[in-house]
Amino acid sequence: MNSSEIISGAKEELICIICPIGCSLEVYRDSDDIHVKGALCPKGIEYAKQEFLDPRRVVMTVVRVKNGDLPVVSVKTSVPVLKKCINDIMMITASIEVVAPVEIGQVIARDICGANIVATREVKKINNCD
Amino acid sequence: MIERKVSVMVVGAGPAGIAAATKAAQLGLETVLVENRDILGGIPLQCVHPGFGLHYFKEDMTGCEFIHRLIDRMHRAGVETIVNAYVHSIEFYSQLEKNVNVVTQSGILRINTKTVIYTAGARERHLFELNVHGDRIDGIYTAGEAQTIMDLYGVLPGKDVVIIGSGDVGLIMARRFALEGANVKAVIEIMPYPGGLLRNIVQCLKDFNIPLYLGHAVTEIIGSKRVEAVKVAKVDEDQRPIRSTEFEITCDTVVIAAGLVPNIDLLEKIGVAVDPRTKGPIVNEYLETSIPGIFAAGNALVVNDLVDYAAEQGEIAADGAKIYIENCGIPTRNWTRIKPGRNLRFVVPHYVSRERDVVLYARVQKPERNVYLSIANFKAKMLSLRPAEMIRIKIPFNRILEDNHRVISVEVVPYE
Repeated sequence: MNSSEIISGAKEELICIICPIGCSLEVYRDSDDIHVKGALCPKGIEYAKQEFLDPRRVVMTVVRVKNGDLPVVSVKTSVPVLKKCINDIMMITASIEVVAPVEIGQVIARDICGANIVATREVKKINNCD
Repeated sequence: MIERKVSVMVVGAGPAGIAAATKAAQLGLETVLVENRDILGGIPLQCVHPGFGLHYFKEDMTGCEFIHRLIDRMHRAGVETIVNAYVHSIEFYSQLEKNVNVVTQSGILRINTKTVIYTAGARERHLFELNVHGDRIDGIYTAGEAQTIMDLYGVLPGKDVVIIGSGDVGLIMARRFALEGANVKAVIEIMPYPGGLLRNIVQCLKDFNIPLYLGHAVTEIIGSKRVEAVKVAKVDEDQRPIRSTEFEITCDTVVIAAGLVPNIDLLEKIGVAVDPRTKGPIVNEYLETSIPGIFAAGNALVVNDLVDYAAEQGEIAADGAKIYIENCGIPTRNWTRIKPGRNLRFVVPHYVSRERDVVLYARVQKPERNVYLSIANFKAKMLSLRPAEMIRIKIPFNRILEDNHRVISVEVVPYE
């Protein structure tokens, strides 16, 4: 894994994850241009630039549900968010509780780090009289 | 006892079973799908991470989203489903007559069927298969158990975690623990290379600075009531721990992610031939096992790394069932055996008819770059092959094989 660690602020070594080939990429900045070495296709160059300048991830977790047939509902960010936002999202989702029923695709929280938190599972309401 | 007559009986409602039942119904076959849990969907229900459906739906979905869409589609196709139904046994009487005995909540159900598509998934390998010694203390989970506890029931199983195995399940659980605030101390992998997909190495370990110990094994779990530490050692070329390299990692939880084994007990009971390489049944290109009219797909056939392929196999089996029923058996009379050659751990299916294109699934033994996948005079260029990434390739057997071929080897060969 050493080869993929950040070597300095201006140069980074990455493994491309666009396809199974897994090119070893080297990204560096000179004056105001970004250069990518080692990519076999243009998608790899695109990936390396994105990963170098602005790495983003889809974040997935679970959120507490009240009166549901399951105690939690799975959620994800609607779009990839900045890697440095991951912790904020985890803190916010840990403090939320939603009330059943929850539909798949339902927005649980809006505009957190540029993304919505959406439900990825259906949770039915349980009848407490049963 | 209730008796029923159908054309296709599907055992297990995971991705392969749901895809098989949907396809069979769409082909106009009367189909029933039985599931032993109280809910349809199988393993993707507990998978909150994305990476599902990239091939099958051309969209990146979480496991829950993927299976939800698959189930919706199945309901629209009009498949009858029975949950809380445990298949006790399968009986073979003739080409078009099998009985499947099912224990349900309303009593014993005897399903008389022309074909069976067996999609019961795989089981997780456990400690006793890994030569890990120590007491049976609290804090040891398989990856699937940990995933269920965390992502269906919202409970974190522990705070300081060591994960055994760097397959995709292990990597994904490492990320889930890290995201939920646990301290993932290490992922221990006995092989000299990681077991999972590259994207998971990057996004699950690197993103969270989780150390990966390649060529290492856990030799002992220490603790009195709860896990307190694990002993880890380097392994030699024969995967034997080197005692002088042993060290301890303190932790309260051990997660075993040491791979899956096809769950084929019911098939073995009726004498289906098993491939020792895949530990799943031996099948022809219709995914029919050695017993006529009994098909297998998904992880019960071969352990897949992508759900997309499990679903695809379900559909191939359903197509097979249709051809089987129409012809009172698969019409092929002469089969060509497919044998894994250089640097291949397995190839599925095991027999082809040479009458049409066939999707082959294979896995390499060790990573290799700049190679061809070679079958007779057919060669497909592959830039990089890794054991973690199953090869899926459509082969035009009707065009590449001569009539005199009875056994043909599939090989990975370096560029000239």
